[in-house]
Amino acid sequence: MMFYFLRRLLALIPTLLIASVIAFCVVRLVPGDVLDLMLSQNAHSSGTIEDRAQLEKALGLDRPLYVQYFEWLGNVLRGDFGASLWRNIPVLEEVATRLPVTLELGVLALLLALLIGVPTGIYSAIRQETLGDHIGRSFSILALAIPNFWLGTLVVILPAIWWGWSPPNQIQPFFEAPIANLQVFFVPALILGASLSAVIMRMTRTMMLEVLRQDYIRTAWAKGLKERVIVLRHGLRNALIPVVTLVGIMVPILFSGTVIIEQIFRLPGMGQLLLEAVVNRDYPVITGIFLITGLLVMLVNLLVDLCYGYLDPKVRYDS
Amino acid sequence: MASVQAETTAAEATAAPAPLLRVRGLKTVFRQEHGEVNAVNGVNFDVRPGETVAIVGESGSGKSITAMSILRLIPSPPGEIVDGEIEFAGRDLLSLSEEEIRLVRGNEIAMIFQEPMSSLNPVLTIGQQLAEPLIVHKRVQGKKAIRERCLELLRQVRIPDPERRLDCYPHEFSGGMRQRAMIAMGLACEPRLIIADEPTTALDVTVQAQILELLKELTRTRGTSMILITHDLGVVARYADRINVMYAGRIVERGTAQEIFNSPKHPYTIGLMESMPRLNQPAGTRLKPIPGQPPDLSKLPRGCAFSPRCRFATERCRQETPELTQLSAEHWKACWVDIDEAV
Repeated sequence: MMFYFLRRLLALIPTLLIASVIAFCVVRLVPGDVLDLMLSQNAHSSGTIEDRAQLEKALGLDRPLYVQYFEWLGNVLRGDFGASLWRNIPVLEEVATRLPVTLELGVLALLLALLIGVPTGIYSAIRQETLGDHIGRSFSILALAIPNFWLGTLVVILPAIWWGWSPPNQIQPFFEAPIANLQVFFVPALILGASLSAVIMRMTRTMMLEVLRQDYIRTAWAKGLKERVIVLRHGLRNALIPVVTLVGIMVPILFSGTVIIEQIFRLPGMGQLLLEAVVNRDYPVITGIFLITGLLVMLVNLLVDLCYGYLDPKVRYDS
Repeated sequence: MASVQAETTAAEATAAPAPLLRVRGLKTVFRQEHGEVNAVNGVNFDVRPGETVAIVGESGSGKSITAMSILRLIPSPPGEIVDGEIEFAGRDLLSLSEEEIRLVRGNEIAMIFQEPMSSLNPVLTIGQQLAEPLIVHKRVQGKKAIRERCLELLRQVRIPDPERRLDCYPHEFSGGMRQRAMIAMGLACEPRLIIADEPTTALDVTVQAQILELLKELTRTRGTSMILITHDLGVVARYADRINVMYAGRIVERGTAQEIFNSPKHPYTIGLMESMPRLNQPAGTRLKPIPGQPPDLSKLPRGCAFSPRCRFATERCRQETPELTQLSAEHWKACWVDIDEAV
């Protein structure tokens, strides 16, 4: 187990290296560059060729791309992700203040999606073709069909028009004021997790129906167990294996959703930082965020793989 | 209904011990889009204390559905028990509440299924699965007491090294071992009746014999009754006291193992015997198959369901359904034709 874990951690290194090359190059391929932007915003410069060359040299963007990359990589390995081209604040510092917001939003959205999706999926499966099942499935289709940016916009705009109310966005530390904290995060997380909860609900329902047809469920009935025990102890654990896979796949999608949700609800998270950085072509910030979220996604996938071992005893890590 | 009464009075007349299980007029249907499938169509039989009764028939004859109906394990929908009585130790199982029948399952009547591969939960250890009936029905408490009892059960079904095996998962067991574990689960609450639904079908021939010997021995020593469901006449001959032969959802012949093997009276039973290889036949003797196909249970023919395949069938067979009638103390058949005359 420990050996497997270490081996998987080592395997992250080449993946991260490839990701870093992509992250580093792609942002520089985006049309329009930071030099034009900076020059156009600077009232003192007339935007001459000389000014441009000077600025390029000052920012270190005049050297060949590979030189820039290796210099950057060397710094990253020493824990230095560089600084924002505009504000001269270290990337890590910016990320450190923004990451907790995004993480809380993402984790809360995932938890809500699981808390809604798994129980309704189970209910729909064991009460197949009843009114409750139909209502549950209709809601899941609805949640899948509604884009979260639209729903989010409505939630912000409509109460503002009707009652002059808008969702709070003054973030309180969770451990000091959990309720005030959740007041900020609950609605955005619910909207972010809505489509995921629908996907989880459908997958749980399908898998549960499949599992409840298995011979070992008949054995459990024949033993005289209660329905609750049969469904939760004998059914759910078997049904959850594909649901866990699904969650692993959905985490990056969830993460990309935070970019939009943070924008709508004015939450100062990484998504907002990223969007700002892309608009400003702030290369070190974009690359840094790419690399850090890439690492997070890989770690989540590792966690998912470790979950299999808990759910399915046939999975063995040391061979 | 006439035959039901006839059977009851006959049973009383022979002064046989009161049956532990008494099934009368059992009808189980499956509702499907293209109509109703009459899987079990008026089945009557008894199981007496301590005896092993076999239900024999080919696939789709309704033998497994009969067994599942006893414990009300028919998946519903689409299945439903539409008629009949199942009396167990003086109680009608069909009129019990869901909670009451749950307390019978695994406790007074245990079931052992075919496929031991798929009948055990892959994510729970053998010990966890073995402990369940003990906790639910016998209220065994405390980790140590439960473990002790589980070890004892594994020893009874002769699983070697039970201490280690208890914490194994089903996939770490061989087929024979899994079936032993299933039997241990069945025995856990010392039930009065065990229903073994094709307990050896999925196993190697050598293992089959071991499992059947084990079942026989364990039921004998405890005086447990057993319903043995199988399509294997060889198994039946050795391990059953009495045999019910099923065809198209009905019992067509019943008798002691000896009667069924030595003097079968129903053309279907005769056909089954002739299609089975025997060691005492001269070498090179060809087996005689029963011509035709088992009937579609959603559209049974008029009269006797076997008549389209029966070489003795008369006009009456095609019009009227024969009921089980008594030939001798234990021997019954549902057939209009007098075989001894017809041959």
